[in-house]
Amino acid sequence: MTALLEVEDLRVAYGKIEAVKGISFTVNQGEVTTLIGTNGAGKTTTLRTLSGLLKPTAGRITFDGQDLSTVPAHKIVSLGLAHSPEGRHIFPRMTIEENLLLGAFLRSDAAGIAADVERAYGLFPILGERRKQAAGTLSGGEQQMLAMGRALMSQPKLLMLDEPSMGLSPLMMQKIMATIVELKAGGTTILLVEQNAQAALSLSDQGYVMETGRIVLTGTGADLLHDESVRKAYLGED
Amino acid sequence: MHDLPQQLANGLILGALYGLVAIGYTMVYGIVQLINFAHGEIVMVGGFGALTAYLALPGGTTLWLALPLMLIAGILVSTLTAVAAERFAYRPLRNAPRLAPLITAIGLSILLQQLVFSFYPDAKKARVFPKIPGDPFSLGSVTIQRSDIFLIIAAPLCMLALGWFVTRTRSGRAMQATSQDPDTAKLMGIDTDRIIVMAFAIGAAFAAVAAVAYGLRSGQVDFRMGFLLGLKAFTAAVLGGIGNIYGAMLGGVALGLAESLATGYIQHLPGMSLFGGGAWKDVWAFVLLILVLLVRPQGLLGERVADRA
Repeated sequence: MTALLEVEDLRVAYGKIEAVKGISFTVNQGEVTTLIGTNGAGKTTTLRTLSGLLKPTAGRITFDGQDLSTVPAHKIVSLGLAHSPEGRHIFPRMTIEENLLLGAFLRSDAAGIAADVERAYGLFPILGERRKQAAGTLSGGEQQMLAMGRALMSQPKLLMLDEPSMGLSPLMMQKIMATIVELKAGGTTILLVEQNAQAALSLSDQGYVMETGRIVLTGTGADLLHDESVRKAYLGED
Repeated sequence: MHDLPQQLANGLILGALYGLVAIGYTMVYGIVQLINFAHGEIVMVGGFGALTAYLALPGGTTLWLALPLMLIAGILVSTLTAVAAERFAYRPLRNAPRLAPLITAIGLSILLQQLVFSFYPDAKKARVFPKIPGDPFSLGSVTIQRSDIFLIIAAPLCMLALGWFVTRTRSGRAMQATSQDPDTAKLMGIDTDRIIVMAFAIGAAFAAVAAVAYGLRSGQVDFRMGFLLGLKAFTAAVLGGIGNIYGAMLGGVALGLAESLATGYIQHLPGMSLFGGGAWKDVWAFVLLILVLLVRPQGLLGERVADRA
């Protein structure tokens, strides 16, 4: 397995408060890797640092052989790292199609972009039916699909999904999880952050458990799913 | 009410002037949520830039040749001033509490006024600005000053160009994305710092067009001209729904019409005989601002698509 992303001893702070306290993890090419943990564990902070929105105070991020820690946020996506942020953050007053096209902002191959827009509509047919509708009028689940579709429009080597199941109905969540499996089968490498540990671990190759800014447990998705402490802490079993 | 068409025409022309300036407030606010209270002075320096170009041309140059050069000079001075202000005054405060850039803007406004007052030759009193020579046009019962032709042509052209830019070009779409969600815009690969500079520059270019229009209308520019014009245009931007470029133009026209009609007719209303005439016109503009803030604080076009969770 070749590592696509390597994070070594990463530290991130908001002012004096350290949110990520020296974590190291690896995302292998072609795999789904998951960070699980409760609210405030530092998962979202980690992803926002990887995509350049936050600056690390220490540590090294190596993506596809390149050091990311000094690259400005708007140059990250061109290196092949796409981020579907927590809370979806679609552009509410633009149409679905305009949102998708913004995902391809740095690309100039019109034919390829058009093909990828159609691919997104194939993945999420509801988006295709509403392509001229303002994205702010979509339901939460549809917005999540749009956020994922938009992130895919940059043809990323690594897709980072932050809480894609948050606030979704069980049915919609199944749809999103099935899409992740489908994307992986298509060769996309995925870094997933989830509070829904059961669903996330069952489709992950590798998992990391975060607690208050540290990684406390590592293993394959199946290992963690059957781990006693994980079952107690995250899967609601006594 | 026999002069109603004339009052409407006056209001529309005045409104176009307010709208051009209001664009600058609304674009900057839409992108960085800053009320750039120095924008009135961006208009003013544009006026002096245009005047400088006019004075540099050999005497007797026809205005049809001078006007484009004055416009270019005005736009250049306004844009450079605004871009420098963004770079050196506002950008260092990007993550500071909201009050800090606001106070900086007010300070910058005073600074620009005093720089022109102190260093521009004879700027201590108003400087004469050329007017378009010739008799006013008459259209039925409406008379339009020749100098206002510039504004009547320039304002709609500017708006059409801006609408095209924002909706049809790559940079325009990047600008919309940045105004709706700056962090996510960065994730798309948009250089938001560049977009912010662009918003300041476009607002400043429109301000310079407004400054030339103002100079032609009133036959003068002076170092204080940006203050009231800026305040009125800010009112127009709020009236139309701050952050919305079409709202800024609509708010400008609404404010111009309200001012013109109030000045013309309010003394005919029962009990209002003391409040007529030009002396009260600025009062009506701000009464309108207060009413809007009370009744519809989001402005005329400020309604937004619900961001459903």
